Amino acid sequence: MLEIKNIDVHFGMIHALKGVSFTVNDGDIVTLIGANGAGKKTTLRTVSGLKKPTNGEILLDGKNITHTSAQDIVRMGISHVPEGRRVFPTMTVLENLELGAFLRRDKDGIARDLKMVFERFPILADRRKQAAGTLSGGEQQMLAIGRALMSRPKILFLDEPSMGLAPLLVQEIFNIIKDINSSGTTILLVEQNASMALQIADYAYVIETGSIVLSGTGAELMQSEDIKKAYLGG
Amino acid sequence: MEQLLQQIINGISLGSIYALIALGYTMVYGIIKLINFAHSDVYMLGAYIGYFCMTKLNLGFLPSLVIAMILCTIVGVTIEKVAYKPLRNSTRIAVLITAIGVSLFIEYVTMAIAGANVRSYPPMTGLMAESFNIGSINITMQQLITLGITILLMVLLQFIVKKTRIGKAMRAVSLDQDAAMLMGINVNSTISFTFALGSALAGAAGIMVGVYYNSINPLMGMLPGLKAFVAAVFGGIGIIPGAMIGGYFIGIIEVLVSGYGNSMYRDGVVFAILILVLIIKPTGLLGKNIREKV
Ligand SMILES: Nc1ncnc2c1ncn2[C@@H]1O[C@H](COP(=O)(O)OP(=O)(O)OP(=O)(O)O)[C@@H](O)[C@H]1O
Repeated sequence: MLEIKNIDVHFGMIHALKGVSFTVNDGDIVTLIGANGAGKKTTLRTVSGLKKPTNGEILLDGKNITHTSAQDIVRMGISHVPEGRRVFPTMTVLENLELGAFLRRDKDGIARDLKMVFERFPILADRRKQAAGTLSGGEQQMLAIGRALMSRPKILFLDEPSMGLAPLLVQEIFNIIKDINSSGTTILLVEQNASMALQIADYAYVIETGSIVLSGTGAELMQSEDIKKAYLGG
Repeated sequence: MEQLLQQIINGISLGSIYALIALGYTMVYGIIKLINFAHSDVYMLGAYIGYFCMTKLNLGFLPSLVIAMILCTIVGVTIEKVAYKPLRNSTRIAVLITAIGVSLFIEYVTMAIAGANVRSYPPMTGLMAESFNIGSINITMQQLITLGITILLMVLLQFIVKKTRIGKAMRAVSLDQDAAMLMGINVNSTISFTFALGSALAGAAGIMVGVYYNSINPLMGMLPGLKAFVAAVFGGIGIIPGAMIGGYFIGIIEVLVSGYGNSMYRDGVVFAILILVLIIKPTGLLGKNIREKV
């Protein structure tokens, strides 16, 4: 279980997160939705240890990880697929996947997970020797997800996985997310595509200018008039 | 024709030195986007350490080389820890100015300790002093050994960067620091390791130059440092094979210009070539502009 308690994040004078609290229960798909600049990315980056909060605490299975290094957070089971995929463009698909398992030493386990990723994303197996920068957007997204899975995360963070993808691919990515979840990985999903995110989410939080303003199950929020107006284009 | 071959052989020796220094510039630039001005002074220290080992400790060339490489590694890593690491989140210009400061600091501390005067390496004995002729071309064992060691070090470097875990971490950090952190890579130790590799190569270059040209002084790093930097830019800054090619290219050009033209134009030609390359291909010979697809 991941608990975020009252965190504040500043960028110089900018107060980007103002007392954000939320919980991600094991086995769930939890989504964080909100407009551009609301603070979704900052929230994920803070929990991953890339940005330090000025206040508040973050607990993973009861352990305080607020001041834990990004490296140790990966080791403890959080894997983060950043916005814009961020694959290593001049490295091959295989090298990218191997880097996902950077902290692991269990050769056999890594080989098994690599096989699992290739089964999930056959296109990556075909392209394993190809430079990651030459893949299409959708393929890069698959690579970024596959790379994150290579660390065997308990919780997978996904930042805007549908960004810039054609509708058909978006559907495919969401199916993959559901599938990864049903094989036991908890998911924290940040999306601008609120309707897709709410459809698959067990629980959802709405963030506006650095504060959580609403929460509920995916189904509940889809019915909410405010949400319909602000995020679902109706 | 034979004169040309002779010049090229001399150029390769000089180019080896440039290439070794250029690798350090290019790797550090690749990973933290810093032109490490102090790098040429690590090279100078390598020459002094070698001098000390050979004259005061009476060690042979190879043990002196190893000691110079080890001590330069320590110096390079220390420079990074003390001077650059605290500035990790500062502007690039602040770090650049610091690098210039570190460079001057090392130069003048060396002067204070070892004196500003030029010192001469001891004459080589044994195998290192031999030479042989192929036709009328004269090749010294020193040249061969310099080249052999350089190639060995480059192969080793390529192996580390391409095949080892820490090498993959280096490439990942130089491509995308945040993404590397999300893989669980320790960025700070990866940067330290990069300085260690670059400094070891500079140390090797320093002692080899001492042996090859005999004279060393505390400011000896400046011009070769600048030219090695040109070599790195020429090959495509941040690209390891680019620095190797650039180093040999600059070394050969320089010797040819002195041999056939006028040695006064030597440095001018080198920089003219740099300007030309930057106009035609701003990313350098092997530089590419991979645009990430969205
Ligand atoms: N590196 C930074 N420096 C300064 N301000 C930042 C930085 N990163 C984020 N911010 C600010 O923090 C706030 C939250 O930004 P964040 O990127 O988390 O929003 P977001 O909800 O993820 O939006 P988007 O979908 O556009 O990425 C914004 O006001 C933004 O301007």
